[in-house]
Amino acid sequence: MRDATAIVGLGATPYYRRGASVPQTLEELVGKAILAAVQDSGLRVRDIDGFAYFAGGFDTGLLTETLGIPEIRFSATLTGGGGGSAGAIGLAAAAIVSGQAEVVVCVGANQQGAQRFGSITSAYPATPENAFFSASGLVGPGHMFALLARRHMHLYGTTRDDFAEVAMAIRANAVSNPNATLRKPMTREDYFDAPMLADPHCLYDFCLENDGAVAVIVTSAERARDLRCPPVRVLASNHGGSSDWGRSIYWMNMPDESFASSGHAAVARRLYAAAGVDPKDIDTAQIYDHFTSQVIMQLEDYGFCAKGEGGPFVRSGAIRLQGGSLPVNTDGGQLSCGYVWGMTHVREAVEQLRGTAVNQVAGARLALVTGGPSVIPVSGLILAN
Amino acid sequence: MAIARRPPPELFKLASNHWTQPFWDATADHRLLVARCADCGHARMPPTPFCPCCQSQRIDWTELSGRGEVYTYTVVARAIMPGMDEHLPYVPAVITLDGGGGTRLISNVVDVEVSSIVVGMPVQIVWDDLPAEGVAIPRFRPLSR
Repeated sequence: MRDATAIVGLGATPYYRRGASVPQTLEELVGKAILAAVQDSGLRVRDIDGFAYFAGGFDTGLLTETLGIPEIRFSATLTGGGGGSAGAIGLAAAAIVSGQAEVVVCVGANQQGAQRFGSITSAYPATPENAFFSASGLVGPGHMFALLARRHMHLYGTTRDDFAEVAMAIRANAVSNPNATLRKPMTREDYFDAPMLADPHCLYDFCLENDGAVAVIVTSAERARDLRCPPVRVLASNHGGSSDWGRSIYWMNMPDESFASSGHAAVARRLYAAAGVDPKDIDTAQIYDHFTSQVIMQLEDYGFCAKGEGGPFVRSGAIRLQGGSLPVNTDGGQLSCGYVWGMTHVREAVEQLRGTAVNQVAGARLALVTGGPSVIPVSGLILAN
Repeated sequence: MAIARRPPPELFKLASNHWTQPFWDATADHRLLVARCADCGHARMPPTPFCPCCQSQRIDWTELSGRGEVYTYTVVARAIMPGMDEHLPYVPAVITLDGGGGTRLISNVVDVEVSSIVVGMPVQIVWDDLPAEGVAIPRFRPLSR
């Protein structure tokens, strides 16, 4: 699958603050992002013949009918949640390489009016599995990932200053991005003055809660050559995970070696092998930043530093746009720019490789995108120009 | 200074299946049972239909002492949903159970000064009865010496 497909279109709605996208409907936001991506690509709506989703996906029947797509040949969804954002591109590529479709839309969107993601687990139905954590008051992913963060601090000496550096480095990128939700520079004092939500996670360790939609269009490398935009080549995209991660934050019985991790180690190994590149080749990384601590653990699992060295790695300034060896979340990430289930990271990687990013990394040729650490499957994506 | 309280009780609603029911039945008598594979002895919590090591469906229930230690924890001190304020702060914790073959339970540390809680702290079980559900919820206090 290496280099057989490319991202040729990119579209997005504005990133609204939670609940501020009304009276638009969720399907409307999705449709707007898709139409913008089609326009960007130079293709026509009638060229679309596939959908590759993640996190539950959307109603293909409704989209096909309402957007006027003549015929759909492929419609599939990666299982799991936000962990599939980077892997949905691989699902699209698989459809194209196998001849099942030619022009596939990947789209992610959310609208958090009635139920905020911050307390999503409290809205889950009572199941025999949930009964083993619901009484403890873990009502959102932020509570659960705080347990992993605490263990990482205990094992490796990671500190809140390391989390602060992630938050500040990513905020610094949002400051110069007009699309970003939070554009005020963040100082160390701002970070430590923020309310503690789930110790050791304070407000600025948590991602935003936005409404919005982002869509990309994937087609064959051959067809991509004749289109309007310079193709962004899909070197590799995969998803999965190992059994020691499993249901992870809903289970908490991962072996000690992998408990304080992002669960991405297996996916990362296969991703680099599939792309034929090493961590040192990556010019910029768009890392799923639902929590600062999970950025640190993904940097370890993706081999940018040794296990347990994520704290010192970020403290060295490595992830900074200015002077860093690996600029991370150059748009301001989900922490400060916008949260659309990881699709903002795909968008930013495409912008970087087109050379059109607001905070352009000079000479960026290879970009890594990761999909949300959570239950299996998690996913990764390597793009090139 | 703040004492670790209990999270809102309405967050828990019992759902069970024939694999997990023995655990909940025992809680009514304040007994802590954990499941192990009857063929290879691998700890299997929460209890599931298959052993991940040998795929056996056979299960043995072992009663544990209820002692353990704090593997990790978080302190929830801000309400993120309605009705949470009066229950703050509370301390969700993962507890490694003594004699459990590495099994951990997702629970709470309660009735202790929050700032005294550390990873590795020895704890012992305390049961919160839920008469409406016919079960008790296991939570943990520092081990009294």
